Amino acid sequence: MGRITLDRVQKKFGDVEVIPPLDLIIEDGEFVVFVGPSGCGKSTLLRLIAGLEDVSGGEIRIDGRPATDLPPAKRGLAMVFQSYALYPHMSVRKNIAFPLKMAGMAQDEQDRRIAKAATALNLTDYLDRRPGQLSGGQRQRVAIGRAIVREPAAFLFDEPLSNLDAALRVGMRMEISELHKTLATTMIYVTHDQVEAMTMADKIVVLRAGHVEQVGSPLELYKTPRNTFVAGFIGSPKMNLLTGAAAAAHGAATIGIRPEHLDVVDSGGTFTGRVGVAEHLGSDTFFHVHVPEMAEPMTVRAGGEVGLTHGDTIHLTPRAAHIHRFDAQGLRIA
Amino acid sequence: MATQHSRTSARIMVAPAVFVLLVWMLVPLCMTLYFSFADYRPLRATFDAWIGFDNYVSFLTSDSFLSSVGVTLQMVAGILCITIGGGVVLALLLDQPMFGQGIVRILVIAPFFVMPTVSALVWKNMFFNVDNGLFSYLWRFFGAQPYDFLSQAPLFSIIVIVAWQWLPFATLILLTAVQSLSSEQLEAAEMDGAPPLSRFWHIILPHLSRAITVVILIQTIFLLSIFAEIFVTTNGAFGTRTLTYLVYQRVLESQNIGLGSAGGIVAVILANVVAIFLMRIVGKNLDN
Amino acid sequence: MARAISTPKKIMWTALAWGVGLLIFFPILWTFLTSFKTEATAISDPPVWFLFDWTTENYSDVLARSNYPLALMNSIIIAVGSTLLGIVIAVPAAWAMAFVPGKRTKDVLMWMLSTKMLPAVGVLYPLVLIAKYLNVYDSRIMLIVVLMLINLPIIVWMLYTYFREIPGEILEAARMDGASLGKEIIYVLTPMALPGIASTILLNIILAWNEAFWTILLTTVDAAPLTKFIASFSAPEGLFYAKLSAASIMAIAPIIVMGWFSQKQLVRGLTFGAVK
Repeated sequence: MGRITLDRVQKKFGDVEVIPPLDLIIEDGEFVVFVGPSGCGKSTLLRLIAGLEDVSGGEIRIDGRPATDLPPAKRGLAMVFQSYALYPHMSVRKNIAFPLKMAGMAQDEQDRRIAKAATALNLTDYLDRRPGQLSGGQRQRVAIGRAIVREPAAFLFDEPLSNLDAALRVGMRMEISELHKTLATTMIYVTHDQVEAMTMADKIVVLRAGHVEQVGSPLELYKTPRNTFVAGFIGSPKMNLLTGAAAAAHGAATIGIRPEHLDVVDSGGTFTGRVGVAEHLGSDTFFHVHVPEMAEPMTVRAGGEVGLTHGDTIHLTPRAAHIHRFDAQGLRIA
Repeated sequence: MATQHSRTSARIMVAPAVFVLLVWMLVPLCMTLYFSFADYRPLRATFDAWIGFDNYVSFLTSDSFLSSVGVTLQMVAGILCITIGGGVVLALLLDQPMFGQGIVRILVIAPFFVMPTVSALVWKNMFFNVDNGLFSYLWRFFGAQPYDFLSQAPLFSIIVIVAWQWLPFATLILLTAVQSLSSEQLEAAEMDGAPPLSRFWHIILPHLSRAITVVILIQTIFLLSIFAEIFVTTNGAFGTRTLTYLVYQRVLESQNIGLGSAGGIVAVILANVVAIFLMRIVGKNLDN
Repeated sequence: MARAISTPKKIMWTALAWGVGLLIFFPILWTFLTSFKTEATAISDPPVWFLFDWTTENYSDVLARSNYPLALMNSIIIAVGSTLLGIVIAVPAAWAMAFVPGKRTKDVLMWMLSTKMLPAVGVLYPLVLIAKYLNVYDSRIMLIVVLMLINLPIIVWMLYTYFREIPGEILEAARMDGASLGKEIIYVLTPMALPGIASTILLNIILAWNEAFWTILLTTVDAAPLTKFIASFSAPEGLFYAKLSAASIMAIAPIIVMGWFSQKQLVRGLTFGAVK
């Protein structure tokens, strides 16, 4: 079981309020991702849940029991750190065994759990090596192994993939997702990468400057961003946010159109511009289009067969159903 | 993360170190300060607890003070020139591709671990000695008149001895700095068409400037209190009496405690001038 | 990254570097060679290099001299004693400053460093006076305490920089894994800190062994370590080069060996972390 409730949780460092009072419910078995730009307080929030930082106000409950004043070890949570935080002087086996040893578990039960975790994570051949002799991906697996053997109420991940190279990251992303499906344990995952958030989460919490901007499933955030910040943060390439006459035409201060919701037409169209850069990926083509009346270039996603290149004139029409409207405060107009 | 409880225990853990250093710094220094205003000559059984600034006036206006400051400056400057110049060259040399780099480094570093009295005596007797020293053989081999280093050029001789001891220190630190220079930066300069000399001048030397400053400051702190090398070679004679040595002589040889203490306070003040610069650099480094 | 380096160039650098290296090392080498000569060979003209009758007589002569073993013993006791005493005081302090830094931590560290820059002559007479008053002049305990005090700032600084390199996340991981503070110290912190403590000990033994201001001025015979013993050769009679060499080699050999092991720590220790 791992239902985590945050009730008016607040964090101050001295006089600086990093997290204003915040409510959040994480259901048992859910994969929740905290996402936001660096410095948004997502790691601090995770560390408050872990018990590595003291809350300045409010209450944390784990499975209904108050956990606010419990030390980290008593909360029944396991954490995977950004730097993996493996014990360099212990073998992989001892690293994984450490939490079990601290809990005073019988040796044969320890061995059984280590063997099981090692098999699941492909670490069986490396159990007697030191962390220093392992690759980044293997270290990551050891850190995960150390977390799963405890059979915690919930897993906490603090940007676990940011030290891996791009190819490994995709692989580990899927391994973690699969692990979640197998274990069906609550996972809280912190990242600044919205692609990780979109692909892994059941529920995304978008944070900015300690505030929760929006909570919802990946598709909810994609389809109905609550404000311009979420609109710009979720989705890749980024949504085009247009102001001025184009927005006024729709009765809004800002309108947002995703690159995939702009169609390239032969003539006419709502926007006419010149192609700055054309990125041909084969399956898709991304155009960066300079439209004379716009300050920023617009990004357009078109099919791979569209052959326009630098300097060509391009005509664009947005799909009316997919235009997001925001008011002067940046809030979504329903 | 740090709770009130851990703060308190942290203070208790730091306390012994702070306490002993505080006692070490304050008690003797206050005594010196006290003596520096007294006429205190135990051999003549003179003790007059307050004579104002007389000691300072007579110490600062004496010829021996001025000449000792001159000697100290020449000595420190000479040693710094040799060790920094030689250190940069050696650091660059040791950074080149070669066979047995580790062994060469060991050879170069070794003098730093030789105790001061040993190096001073070995140089004095086996190299500088006018009758049996190796340099005399060398001079005679080339048909020259053997040169009596320690009486003809005593200051230079001491500079050579101490520079030999400190050259490894400068080399080691500068080598660390040279090796931290990214080879990409040098390759970029090479691509930009900079010849070796201007690469040295515009890229390597500026990169080393911080390490050089640190070497200068740390060595100065240590060099200002050179003692054993002078003690066993010239005993302060022939114009090799540094400020440190002068104070030592006033205090322990002529037992003029008041005068010597005033000199000691002067030495403390002068050393602090250097120390402030060093502390700034170290302090900046502590922040990041 | 590495470009192919032509062998002739590499040989040229090798020759040059070895030449310079041997030149710098030469005084030590020459002392070593001389220590195995007879006194007559030691000053022969022209000097002999390797082809002489090697003898260990000088070593046995020096060892037989009344106070050499005493001086050696004093050096060992003073260097090791002052270092261990310093470690006992410095470890808790460095530990607390590295892991529970407060607003004043930086000031305390800088102040400790400033005590290192106090010129010894500034406090020479008070120390002599205190030593005589407490009846510890020319005693090992006096030198152990004094050398501990002058090296304590370096010990604290070195330990502090080592402890600070232990990543906080690892300690947090241990806490998450259910380790109590005691177990955190036994299983995680101590094993990770031991190499740093060991190299600090090594470097400080070297510094204490070679200290030659207080060891010369605060001793006469009983507590005189090798620095003082060697200094007594400065006014000897008769032929003594070979014996001086033998005594010198015995005084410096163990420290040079230790020094080679601690090259890397040397930079860190003596620059207070300003150059790494």
